[in-house]
Amino acid sequence: MNYAASPVLTLRLPLWRSRLLLVLIAGGFLVLAGRAVYLQGLNNDFLQQKGESRYSRLLEISANRGKITDRHGEALAISTPVKSVWAIPEEVQFSSQQRARLAALLELPPREIDTRLNDAASFVYLKRQISPEVAERVSELHVPGLFQNREYRRYYPGGEVMAQVLGFTGADDAGQEGIELAFQSTLAGKSGSRRVIKDRMGQIVEDTQSIREAQNGRDLALALDAKLQNLAFSQLKLAVDANKAKAGAIVVLDARTGEVLALANLPTYNPNNRNRLSGAQLRNRAITDTFEPGSTLKPFTVALAVDLGKVRPDTIIATAAGSFAIGHATIHDAHHFGDMTVAQVIQRSSNVGAAKIALGLPAESMWNMFDQVGFGSAPRLGFPGEAGGRLRPYKTWRPIEQATMAYGHGISVSLLQLARAYTIFAHDGELMPLSLLRLDAPLAGKQVISAATAHKLRDMLELAVQPGGTAPQARVIGYRVAGKTGTAHKEENGGYAKHKYVSSFVGLAPASDPRLVIAVMLDEPSAGQYYGGAVAAPVFSAVMGGALRMLGVPPDAPLKPLELPPEGSEIKEGV
Amino acid sequence: MARINLLLLALLTVCALGLVTSQHKARKLFGELEREQEQAKQLDVEWGQLQLEQSTWAMHARVEKIARDRLHMRVPEAARTQVVLPEAAGAAR
Repeated sequence: MNYAASPVLTLRLPLWRSRLLLVLIAGGFLVLAGRAVYLQGLNNDFLQQKGESRYSRLLEISANRGKITDRHGEALAISTPVKSVWAIPEEVQFSSQQRARLAALLELPPREIDTRLNDAASFVYLKRQISPEVAERVSELHVPGLFQNREYRRYYPGGEVMAQVLGFTGADDAGQEGIELAFQSTLAGKSGSRRVIKDRMGQIVEDTQSIREAQNGRDLALALDAKLQNLAFSQLKLAVDANKAKAGAIVVLDARTGEVLALANLPTYNPNNRNRLSGAQLRNRAITDTFEPGSTLKPFTVALAVDLGKVRPDTIIATAAGSFAIGHATIHDAHHFGDMTVAQVIQRSSNVGAAKIALGLPAESMWNMFDQVGFGSAPRLGFPGEAGGRLRPYKTWRPIEQATMAYGHGISVSLLQLARAYTIFAHDGELMPLSLLRLDAPLAGKQVISAATAHKLRDMLELAVQPGGTAPQARVIGYRVAGKTGTAHKEENGGYAKHKYVSSFVGLAPASDPRLVIAVMLDEPSAGQYYGGAVAAPVFSAVMGGALRMLGVPPDAPLKPLELPPEGSEIKEGV
Repeated sequence: MARINLLLLALLTVCALGLVTSQHKARKLFGELEREQEQAKQLDVEWGQLQLEQSTWAMHARVEKIARDRLHMRVPEAARTQVVLPEAAGAAR
């Protein structure tokens, strides 16, 4: 058989067919090559991303919120990590046994878990902020569709004692009230991130980019003294309960530096368990609420008169029969003393005397005095909701208004403003700026009255707490105390409420070299007593005595038991 | 020529193996560092919790209550207090 003679071999195909095939195949390769170049060279972002997502992970580095400590470094607010349990309801599968176990761990009724899982389709929190130990046991249940993430929870060891000062943070660890809000930018940390390569086992193999470090929030050292704060709070609480007062507040200032050593309010709340909070509990009334201070303002009127040389401490003022008519209005005193000296006006808290002194002063200088000691403008502590109080421009004052302002009516201040204003008597005429934070060096004060006037006023204020004054109960064994009571009707519906009072006391000690200024205020004491000397002065005395002892201030008076005037003979101030 | 090539090939192989080993070591060390850092973080958290515990136990209200109720301590009366001023202050008077 001759293969060569096969007719198939003799068959001649047209040349164009092989050419066409060649071109088609070459063209196909070209397209493939082009696509490869396009994907790998020109438009490679998408694939690169897909590839990276298999091994590269962006991890968040969480940052801690700064601690809040008192002036001695005692922790008042600390963040610690907790876990939140969340679920993707569609993926959750568990046996009834697991469900019961989970419910017990999360302290939820089993039914509650079911309703939560049924209400949402893609995401639901089962319980937020559980302790790491409980979280560990939840994850040991190995329920599919159940996840945990890390959150921070802030704890306040001090609880209700300093609740309104510190404020609190929300679930996202951001400040919502008080110091937490005021110093949010300092306290808050900035979380960082790092991109890493993880292996099949989920272990980090290496960092692929430089790490963006997390910045922890800075710690904040407050001016508060936890021990003093506790003392102030517990004494205030005793007084509020004993006098059935609606509310109360106390401020303790360092007379030399203007630091706020203690600031307590009632009613209060537990910041670690904030269920059912009312606005009254949340308010830091010492800073955000104003009231008509009453007689505690008399020393400022007298200080101005003394500073201007209009009167001397022994100038006689005729208070006549304890009433004084200005236009249609009449000012009354609680007692009739007849003629008395300027010092006695303070000692016995005579409204008529203060009004007569005020009317001898130009309205403008009186306004200046009030303005300079900080009334009518917020103290600028940076605290949320600071009240400035009301001080109307002097051009609109009528004589009766000028007279009532002399004894603290027709003007409103916050307790903190009042305490601060008293630093002019404690600090030789200088008004000290206040600070909620611990200071390394005292800030410069502002001279308001002369040092000589401040000393004279201090002597007068010392008389007010002696027997024969309005507040003998404010005395402290072993220390010379100077201070002034205030009792004022509460304002209500544009008039004064007949049987609602605000009782206050502001004082300083030791009078020979003042270290502390303490202001106490009780709102609507309704257990019978309402005079500042009977209601607020004992709180002042207890706190001042304890505080001076804690601070180790040497006594400047003999350690003799104090004698209180017999029952019924107290000097009451005009209201 | 062939000899030099062989030598270079051997050298290359040694280098390559060296690279593999050092990479492996680096990863192991990195893993260790990672664990240590994790532990440091854990300890930091624990420290925070201990601080919290300390301040909770040392709260003044609690200390005062224990001193008063359990230990029957009280503040001395003024009549029974003697104040001794330091030398310098005493001399100045």
